[in-house]
Parts: sequence; C-alpha cells; structure tokens
Amino acid sequence: MAPKVPPQPTLEQSSTAAEAGHGHAHEAPPKGLMRWLLTTNHKEIGSLYLIFSLVMFFIGGIFALVVRLELFQPGLQFVNPEFFNQMTTMHGLIMVFAAVMPAFTGLANWMIPLQIGAPDMALPRLNNFSFWLLPVAFGLLLSTLFMPGGGPNFGWTFYAPLSTTYAPPSTTFFILALHIAGISSILGAINIVATILNMRAPGMRMMDMPLFVWTWLITGFLLIAVMPVLAGVVTMMLMDINFGTSFFNAAGGGDPVLFQHLFWFFGHPEVYIMILPAFGIVSAIIPAFARKRLFGYASMVYATAAIALLSFMVWGHHMFAVGMPLVGQLFFMYATMLIAVPTGVKVFNWIATLFQGSISFEPPMLFALAFVVLFTIGGFSGLMLAIAPADFQYHDTYFVVAHFHYVLVPGAIFAIMAGVYFWLPKWTGHYPHERLSQWHFWLSVIGVNLTFFPMHFSGLAGMPRRIPDYALQFADFNMVSSLGAFLFGFSQLLFVAVVILCVRGGKKAPAAAWGDYADDLEWSVPSPAPLHTFETPPNYQRPAH
Amino acid sequence: MSDNEMDTQGAGVRRTVWRSVAALVGMFAFAFALVPLYDVFCRVTGINGKVDTNAQALVHDNMDESRMVTVQFITRNGSGLPWRLDVETRQVRIHPGQTSEVNFTFNNQSGAESWGRAVPSVSPSTATRHVRKASCFCFEEQRLEAGERLELPLVFQLDRDLPPEINTVTLVYTLYPVDGKQAPLQAAAKTIEGDEA
Repeated sequence: MAPKVPPQPTLEQSSTAAEAGHGHAHEAPPKGLMRWLLTTNHKEIGSLYLIFSLVMFFIGGIFALVVRLELFQPGLQFVNPEFFNQMTTMHGLIMVFAAVMPAFTGLANWMIPLQIGAPDMALPRLNNFSFWLLPVAFGLLLSTLFMPGGGPNFGWTFYAPLSTTYAPPSTTFFILALHIAGISSILGAINIVATILNMRAPGMRMMDMPLFVWTWLITGFLLIAVMPVLAGVVTMMLMDINFGTSFFNAAGGGDPVLFQHLFWFFGHPEVYIMILPAFGIVSAIIPAFARKRLFGYASMVYATAAIALLSFMVWGHHMFAVGMPLVGQLFFMYATMLIAVPTGVKVFNWIATLFQGSISFEPPMLFALAFVVLFTIGGFSGLMLAIAPADFQYHDTYFVVAHFHYVLVPGAIFAIMAGVYFWLPKWTGHYPHERLSQWHFWLSVIGVNLTFFPMHFSGLAGMPRRIPDYALQFADFNMVSSLGAFLFGFSQLLFVAVVILCVRGGKKAPAAAWGDYADDLEWSVPSPAPLHTFETPPNYQRPAH
Repeated sequence: MSDNEMDTQGAGVRRTVWRSVAALVGMFAFAFALVPLYDVFCRVTGINGKVDTNAQALVHDNMDESRMVTVQFITRNGSGLPWRLDVETRQVRIHPGQTSEVNFTFNNQSGAESWGRAVPSVSPSTATRHVRKASCFCFEEQRLEAGERLELPLVFQLDRDLPPEINTVTLVYTLYPVDGKQAPLQAAAKTIEGDEA
C-alpha cells in the first residue's frame, strides 16, 4: 500500500477537486452511443452491467414463464418437448451467466472503488472490454434459438454426451458464447482483485474493508480459479464435436463421467460465486437498518474464505447417483455438510446484529431480511440433498429445482435487489418510491414462495426435472407453481418502474442516505455520486465503535 | 497522490495482473491435466469399472475351491455400428483362481466392411482390479467384412483375494465404431463362416 500523505485532504476538498478536474483536465467525452461504447468510467460501466443484467433477467424470465406455462397442466399444451428443453436450458444459462453474474460485477464496478476510496478500477480500459464482450456472447447464444436444429437443449449443465454426440448443430456457437462470457468474467475478476489489493485509500487495511469488498475479493479468486476449468471443458467438447477427439466418448477411450467431474469442479465454486457477493450486500444492509455495528466482522471474513476453500472439495455431491465408491460418497457428504458451519456463522451473525437493534423496514432491509430467511430455507434443503443415501430419492427431481431456486432467487437475486434499493440514492440522488417498492417486495416474496415451495413436495413425491409433462398427481402443485411464477415475473415490472422513477426524480437523498450506521466511504461522497470521485485519496478513519 | 505513489500502485496492479494470468493459465492446463490424471486414478483404484487393456499372466497354483462366484456377461451395442455381439453363455460359476474361457461372436450385419471395438467395463467397480484377463478381444480393434462372423475368446481368472462380499461379477462389453481406421490391428482369430454376405 502507498504510504500516508502527511497533509490529508478533507473529503469536501477531494470532491470539489474532482468536479473541477472533470471540467478542465479532460477533453470532452464523446456524446451519444460512443460515450457508452468507449467509456472507461467505473460508474458508467457499472450501470451498463446492471442494465444488461436486468434485460437478460427479463429474457431469462420469459423463458421460465414458457416452461411454467407448459407445466400449468399435465399433458402437452403450448410447446413441443424439443422447444421445452431449449427453454429450460436457455433459462438456466441466461440467468446464471447473463443475469446474476453480470449484476454482481456491475455492483462491484459501481461500489468497490467508492467503498475503498479509489478513483476508478485498476484497469479501466480492460473494464470496458469486459463489459462489451457480454452482449456479443449472449447475442450469439440467443441467436442459436433461430438456427436449424434449435438452440442448446441439454440443460444448463450440458452433460456429455447430450452436449456432444447428441447435441444440435448450434452447439459450437454455444461453446463460443460460453468462451466469450468466460473471458469477460475472468477479466472482470482480475480487474476487481487488482483494484482491491492495490487501490485502497491510505490507511485502509484489509480488515477495514467493507464486507461487500471482502466477499468480492474472494469471489474474484474463485472466478480466476474455476472459469479456466469451464473454458477447458467447453474446449474439450469443441474438440470432441469438431476434431474427432474422444475426451468424453467411451468409444474412443474417453469417459462421459469425466465431463461431470470437470463440470462440477467448476460448477460448485460457481454457485458460491453467485452467493458470496450477496452475503457482502446483506452484511452492509442489516447493520444500517438495525442501527448497530455488524456482529462478528472478522468471523464473517473467515467464514467467507472457509466457504470458498470448501467449495473446491465438494463437487462430487452433484454426482452421488452417477456411481461412486462408498468412500467417495462419504467424503463428499461430510465435506458438504461442513459448509453449513461457516454459513451458519454468517446467518447467526446477521441475527445477532438484528438482536436488540432499532430496526426499520425500508425496502433494502425488507429484501435483506427475506434473503436471510429464504436463503436459510434453501441452505437447509441443501443439507438434505447432501445426505448421500437420501439423495438417490431427490436426485434430478423438483426438490433439487426448489433448492437451487431458493438459494438463487430469494438468495442471490433478492440480495441484488436489496443492493439496488440500498445504493439507488447514491446512484441517482433520489430515494426509491416507498409505496411502489413495498408492493414490489411483497408481490415478489409471495410469488417466489408460491412458485418454489410446492416444488419441494412435488420433488419429494418424485416429479422429475426438465420434463414437459408429468403424472396427474402433481397437477395441483404445478398449477400453484405456475401461478406464483407469473405473479413473480410480472411484479418485476414494478421494479423497473421503481428504478425509472428513481432516476427521474423523487425524494432527495443526502450524502449519507441511510443514517449513521451506513458509514462506509461511499456514503461520504455526494448523492448522486459525481462522475469522478476520490481523485485525491480520502482520509480513511477507522470507525470508532 | 504523488507520482512516486502512482508508480508503486501501478507496479502493484501489474504484479496482481501477472499473478492472476499465471493462475489462469495454470488452471486451464490443470483442466486438461485432469484428463490423464483421472484415467490413471480410475485404473489404479479400479473405480469406474475401467479394466486394464493389457493381457495379464494367469496364475495357476491356487484355486479357492471353497467359494463360487457367478460371472455374468452382458453385450451391448453402443451407437451406430451395424454389428451384433453375442456370447455363448450368459453366466458361468467359477472358483476364484480358476481359469475360464468364454467365446464371443461378432457379426457384421451390414453390407460393408467396418471397424469396431468392444469396450469393457466391470461391475461392481470394486471387483475391477480382481479380474485378470489373459486374452480378450477387447484389447484390440476388430475389422469385419460385410456379413462376416467372427468368434473370439475371452480367457480370464478372478483373483483369489476377490473381496468376500462379492458373489457376482458382471463383465459388460459395449460395441463402438472405430472411424477412419487404416492400420490392421486385428486380434488373432478364427473365421467360422464364409466371408461373403
């Protein structure tokens, strides 16, 4: 870290200097479309990421609604099974790689430089490149739906040989799209890690960083470690399909089970990539609205690191039913259950923070509280799935679907929404519309639970995943799930309305928009945050509490 | 911030980036290294039912006559090869250490010559390391003329130290086509019927 500069500038000086610098020192930025294509500003790129992610969230959501529409009643009503398979696959791929991951990267772009007192990301031009790879990747991926033979139809886990020997011809485009998206997230991760490690305000130690920064640092390491493995897997698929190799083909001495090992070696850390930054957001919001310091900051950091390390040792729990020696099943079962310990530490810390707090229920807090409750439900069903002998009943049923949607929708996505509501005053200078936000929250919470809670029961009763039709005894559960899905889907239009209204106007927000306990560095710059902040490093003062 | 500090920061960023890139390249290579490692791991531990495709010497001196084990044979056609693979008997009962020979019949049912291979697998996988094959058609690729029938033997033993809880061993042979095969690698075999279709 850079040593302390003796005459520390005050914050007022730094922000006025920033505005003055913007006017004189830089040439005028390009206007219109070119401004967004060429921008290297972390706030603008952050906004681009978030808008892209929101658009993709709706596209992936439409795919989900096609699935739920078909499953509203037993029998085949609306789409044929081939198209149904493409919808389940594309829904998963888009939501994982184009909605959740870019949303977190967008929040990181916006908030990490502000939270650590840096003027921008470490590599601003690379940042621009990382973002603009995404529309290319997902434009390519979505275009496969219009190709002969249709888009990917083998599930988002693209198990070989479904994705090699039996795949549609468009699979090569799918592989290329995944490569580009992977490069984008790797570059984004390198940028974020380089920013956090090298650009903190003078005097800010690692253990002073806000938890969103900490969780993103660890997520960045996870991304750097596992995205290349994903790239390797899809490269092997590419070679199996086009160049006659046999990595996953038993006929040529390969092994389809190897695909699953490689995929889940990437895939399990990937699910933590999608949840660790959510932990960071919730850890910022709960203290702000409980009006208490976060309970157990250091244990939060160590728990996050422990989860990340364990995530490399548990991939086999996705493969209990594939055929695995007893020792392997026991190892993966116990290792998986061990993850409940650091996760439990986090949940108890949040509850301890709430305990005897002076709690108020503004929209960010509502989403954060729903996160804690509903994510924990998802965590518990995860523990049930970790039990190897019981997993044979749950495997590939709607119980699994219920589990990972509980950790991803009211988990990751609610945390993203909580973060958006929390930081909207900083981004736009206005508070989000209170009444509309409340409607959005309650409709979302009801919709999510109506959609995914019945799936636990249909799954335990044996309803298989990724099938367009089902036995009659599942009809009621599925009808409830479908109604909930449409409620949840359409209530997200309220979210768009809230964001647009908030950009246009609303109650003015001061610099410290959420009171004394939201006191990280981002709340020291004016609301809305000027385009350039912290061009002179701020004087970081450790909170005295 | 002074120029000096900017330089330190720039150097720090460069260091982080190069280390990340090294980690990236390492992990990409690791993914590919996992392919042979996985293969070796499966062979050494015998999990996954992967059988050694080299002939092993038979051991003649010790037969465990106190124990009988059922050995079942399953033949399957994997994909795309117009062949049939049949076995003269679906199961044999043998003592561990006893040598047994079973004949398999390959039959090319198409009107053109083609190359194929029977890929072996053992179940339960814990028995894999205890199956000792002295001669197997699965060691090599086969070429069959149009309509040709070919009878090939499997000569094998079960080790005396086969775990006591295993009473049944299943040997599975799956036929796969071999594409673009040039060099003759055919197993020594006797042709029992005419070559012409």
